[in-house]
Amino acid sequence: MAPSAPTDYHPVVLDRPGLQSLIDALVTDGRRVIGPTVRDGAVVYDEITQIGELPGGWGDDQGPGRYRLRRRDDDLLFGYAVGPDSWKRFLFPPVSTTWRAEVSREGVEVAPPAEVPRYAFLGVRACELAAIAVQDRVLVQTNYPDRDYAARREQALFIAVNCSSPATTCFCPSMGTGPRVGSGHDLALTEIPDPAGSRFLVEIGSERGAAIAARLATREAAPADREAAAAVWSGAAAAVSRALQADGLKDVLVHNLEHPRWDTVASRCLACANCTMVCPTCFCADFREAASLSPDHAEQHRTWATCFSVDHSQLHGGSMRWTTRSRYRQWMTHKLATWHDQFGTSGCVGCGRCIAWCPVGIDITEEAATIRATDGLTRLPAGATP
Amino acid sequence: MAEHSTPKLAVWKFASCDGCQLSLLDCEDELLAVAGAVEIAHFLEASSAVVEGPYDVSLVEGSVTTPQDAERIQEVRRVSRHLVAIGACATAGGIQALRNFTAVDELASVVYAHPEYLSTLETCTPISAHVPVDFELRGCPVDRGQLLEVLSAFLRKRKPDIRTHSVCLECKRRGNVCVMVAHGTGCLGPVTQAGCSAICPSFERGCYGCFGPMETPNTASLSAALHAGGMDGGTVMRLFRTFNATAPAFEAASRAEEKGAGRL
Repeated sequence: MAPSAPTDYHPVVLDRPGLQSLIDALVTDGRRVIGPTVRDGAVVYDEITQIGELPGGWGDDQGPGRYRLRRRDDDLLFGYAVGPDSWKRFLFPPVSTTWRAEVSREGVEVAPPAEVPRYAFLGVRACELAAIAVQDRVLVQTNYPDRDYAARREQALFIAVNCSSPATTCFCPSMGTGPRVGSGHDLALTEIPDPAGSRFLVEIGSERGAAIAARLATREAAPADREAAAAVWSGAAAAVSRALQADGLKDVLVHNLEHPRWDTVASRCLACANCTMVCPTCFCADFREAASLSPDHAEQHRTWATCFSVDHSQLHGGSMRWTTRSRYRQWMTHKLATWHDQFGTSGCVGCGRCIAWCPVGIDITEEAATIRATDGLTRLPAGATP
Repeated sequence: MAEHSTPKLAVWKFASCDGCQLSLLDCEDELLAVAGAVEIAHFLEASSAVVEGPYDVSLVEGSVTTPQDAERIQEVRRVSRHLVAIGACATAGGIQALRNFTAVDELASVVYAHPEYLSTLETCTPISAHVPVDFELRGCPVDRGQLLEVLSAFLRKRKPDIRTHSVCLECKRRGNVCVMVAHGTGCLGPVTQAGCSAICPSFERGCYGCFGPMETPNTASLSAALHAGGMDGGTVMRLFRTFNATAPAFEAASRAEEKGAGRL
């Protein structure tokens, strides 16, 4: 599943025309190259064929409930922090058809699953590779794998680009997922600023990556290239300002289910589900049969769903989580605590999307820190048990 | 003559613009399937031929604003096995319910040369204020895909698959960049029920709330965020006072802004 571990490949250096050649080579191989591009005031992921479509010279300012593009004072192609999209959009699409069936005189005929696209993802961050590894555990390493996800995942090529410019919403070091790419990539690029046009240190992470790199005009990395790349890595790590104290957090959260902070956050929470839509690990989906008026055709759709909707916990007789308090608590305690029991990992990779894209700016790190700092507070009367 | 087993469909109009019933005619590709599945027994917008009731499914568009309509809706209910209210007018009162925020006599004297000719009720109300309603389909206008889903559901005797969560889910699934977070544009999407496929944010506009309040609308928190984004009380009030102004959650939200915002 995961690309094979790096062996004794040496890093090489690619210039900007070389990056275009890389995209060209991927396209020649029949891949759809998905990369960052600017649309509607944000860096989103979409199909690209030219380096001119990358967000050259664009950066961003992010905070709770706020995202703005800004012009950088250089022309880095990857000088932004993660935006609203994640690769989940391509590996686990928002809406897909799981099966379709036609009824005819001969009987019911179920159409074979559609062929999955062969993607190459360009510009994948360390936190995003970590998120994909989490989704692998949920969707593939289970008794009931999601075949569509597994097929897309298997086909895809991962060209990571190390983060140089984290946002104030980022907290990947706390979660041990970044900012430097460690695994899961076929190639990992580091964009080295240069007044004459940035160049890329290329680390090879798999045999597939090595085969692609061998087709490009590269040169061996010089000590100066390595030093410049190392400066990018350390600069990114130093630029992360937000933190989530993850150790012992699971115990803190599961022992504070009646904490009054859940009421406070529920008074702000819109239950709009933006956090779960932008989260790169949230995997909930509805599977629903779509019926038309015509009796001879039926299909089933898989659609991104959310624990913030009332019917997510619908059982016989009604919803288990009618209050927003119970739904926010479910989302956060699952993400940060019970996910460990279920999947052996945290569900949070520290990308900060849920903070930036919450319309009212609820900050998961602040919520967790507040509950930790006031551990044991309860809304229940003294002596009562939940 | 249609067979006895073909369900009879009726479409009724109360105070409304006809846009919702036109959504049915707008079904183009599916229209023949609709015509094949039901006997369109009463649909004056489509045909002047009227088949007598009772009807298996009645789609009711519009709100109740006159004494005559208040009586007529009772008759519609009496001849309908299932009554489905369609659109913002029928489910919440519609834009004409804006008059509920002021005295109707006062308005009439300004608008009409001879207000004494008018016979109107003091308030404009949704169908459910008058008769039991089997299902309410939201929207201004309703979404034709949802309309077909509701029709299919009633014809097949199952529950309509109409989601009541926020517009944001549809917006994000579509890949839109959030206009509120990335542009600072006021948007009712987080408190509005889905169904429109997030049309307005797809064109970089804030949501106008055409589908009414979502299942658990936290309008107080959204209003606070709109104020923090620089919107004054009057603007927030008017944002909530459009097509679903008297849907209870939106009405409460706009009334909370009235102080200091002046009159409507």
